[in-house]
Amino acid sequence: MNKSADASNYVSYLDYKGKHTGIWAWLLSTDHKRIGLMYLMGIIVFFTAGMTLGALLKTEMLTAGRTIMDPQTYNAVFTLHGIIMIFLVIIPGIPAAFGNFFLPIMIGAKDVSFPRLNLLSFWLYIIGGVLALSSLFLQGGPIDVGWSFYVPYAIRTNSNVSLALFAAFILGFSSILTGLNFVTTVHRLRAPGMTFFKMPLFIWALYSTAWIQVIATPVVGITIVLVILERMFGIGIFDPALGGDPILFQHLFWIYSHPAVYIMILPAMGVVSEIIPTFTKREIFGYKAIAYSSLSIAFIGYFVWAHHMFTSGMSDIARAVFSLFTFLVAIPSGVKVFNWVATMYKGSIDAKVPFLFVAMFIVLFSIGGLTGLVLGNLATDIHVHGTYFVVAHFHYVMFGGTVMILFAALHYWFPKMFGKMYNEKIAKFALVFIFIGFNTMYFTMFILGYQGMPRRYWDYLPEFHNLQFISAIGAFIMVTGFLILIFNLLHGLLKGPKAEQNPWGGVTLEWTVPSPPTIENFDEIPVIEHGPYHIYKEGQIK
Amino acid sequence: MSAHSENEHVIGYMPYITIWLTLIGLTILTVSISLFDFGTLTIIVAMIIAIIKSIFVINIFMHIKYDSKVFLGFIIAALVILLVCLVFTATDVFFR
Repeated sequence: MNKSADASNYVSYLDYKGKHTGIWAWLLSTDHKRIGLMYLMGIIVFFTAGMTLGALLKTEMLTAGRTIMDPQTYNAVFTLHGIIMIFLVIIPGIPAAFGNFFLPIMIGAKDVSFPRLNLLSFWLYIIGGVLALSSLFLQGGPIDVGWSFYVPYAIRTNSNVSLALFAAFILGFSSILTGLNFVTTVHRLRAPGMTFFKMPLFIWALYSTAWIQVIATPVVGITIVLVILERMFGIGIFDPALGGDPILFQHLFWIYSHPAVYIMILPAMGVVSEIIPTFTKREIFGYKAIAYSSLSIAFIGYFVWAHHMFTSGMSDIARAVFSLFTFLVAIPSGVKVFNWVATMYKGSIDAKVPFLFVAMFIVLFSIGGLTGLVLGNLATDIHVHGTYFVVAHFHYVMFGGTVMILFAALHYWFPKMFGKMYNEKIAKFALVFIFIGFNTMYFTMFILGYQGMPRRYWDYLPEFHNLQFISAIGAFIMVTGFLILIFNLLHGLLKGPKAEQNPWGGVTLEWTVPSPPTIENFDEIPVIEHGPYHIYKEGQIK
Repeated sequence: MSAHSENEHVIGYMPYITIWLTLIGLTILTVSISLFDFGTLTIIVAMIIAIIKSIFVINIFMHIKYDSKVFLGFIIAALVILLVCLVFTATDVFFR
């Protein structure tokens, strides 16, 4: 294994002087770690913007009728909240920020296969983000179609749909290029001796995700182009008034957007598989089962898209087929959850902040997963389709799943990335706020949805008032928690104590290099002899 | 690494030009037959010509014919997924 860099030669990637200076040393850097950090900053900024919009939505729902905004503004705010959170936060989230930073280090490489393509990918992300947000301020007004751009309304509305679609098109390219880079890097740049089954499970998750990015994203690209052409030239592919088929749009949209759900969650599951062995000091239970389950989820995930469309009027045969396949996804997901819990069993658990995030993830994701069975079932879906139940389910899996693990990853790798440490007590304090606020907000929405409260409505009936009020209070508690969390990280970054090289006792390769790492990660490329969690098996780390 | 060295597969200009002309010919054929009504077979005929064109492009222009078989495997995997997506969509469109 690689030894720490000699103190006299050590220059971290943060202090490294390349051919560019000042801000350009960041904006034009092809170093995977700097690009990862820039993504991370972008993602946190967009997350804060999306969270603010979400808080405005919940404030509006405090009372029936108008509270702070009119209905058209409400439509625009929930659309923008969705677009920012989906396309700019959780899709790039873990792969672009932590994948970029840690994939090369964890496989013993100096960088990704195509560093310049990586930088291009980052800039496409920024351009796409700016275009999406600029649709707010340009003539035509903010878009009001929801993040799923359903036709025929997306064709007929006068708001800036084409610009927002074009932004999503560009963001898709960014995602494809990152995927290509990761697939190539995993195939070509693994350290000597690191076979596929000696790779850390986070790398398996990134690898599976990268394949989905490469194969599924072009479908949404083509669909977006078709909607733009339809808006500009009225070619009649989706518009029923011109002989088009609006359900075809839903098929094409979800052929990408359902696998995209796995683009969002698989990397998070990979992070969980790293954090649990570290904080239980045990070799992961069922390494191969977890690795194969990532591939199975990626594969089966392609064939379940129409469960978003059970009430759209598609054929009964299709509904039965897609319902069946949807239930199949539960198998590899269950494999993962049971293996994680089995790893913890009799482990020497050290309940540090990243582990607490993971524990919270398992609870929230399981609630989200089990309520997914209600939605995957044809009969019950008819009752709760298009209600708050769907919104709550989605937020339990994506927010309680991916975003919580995004923050788990940030707390886990923060000392490695910045060489600084945050205050653990404040982070735990924030976690309590987040957990209580999250469940108060979203569990209430399950009940509201079951009782018939439709999603995306600006107003509600008097009988929903109490639960709407409780849900909004939950939102404020949760936002408070996130503000404390982000402030604590910023404080740690600026004034925190120096972090050790391996504060958690991790055994994967990133913990063998200094904190923060040097520009080329390793003085000498390591030679791998054992699986990633082997050392726990031998009991060398207690 | 692939055992093949690049030198073994240097291709002259002629095959590229021949394939290019063939592709143009097939494009003209696609446009020409659109003037005839094959009924339900129209899309199948158009797809067959498109598949022939793709095979030329993938094998020669993309060098897949001369490269490691793993790349061919990747392309086939992507095509299989595409095919399954089409079949699954058809379970709706043709039984609605």
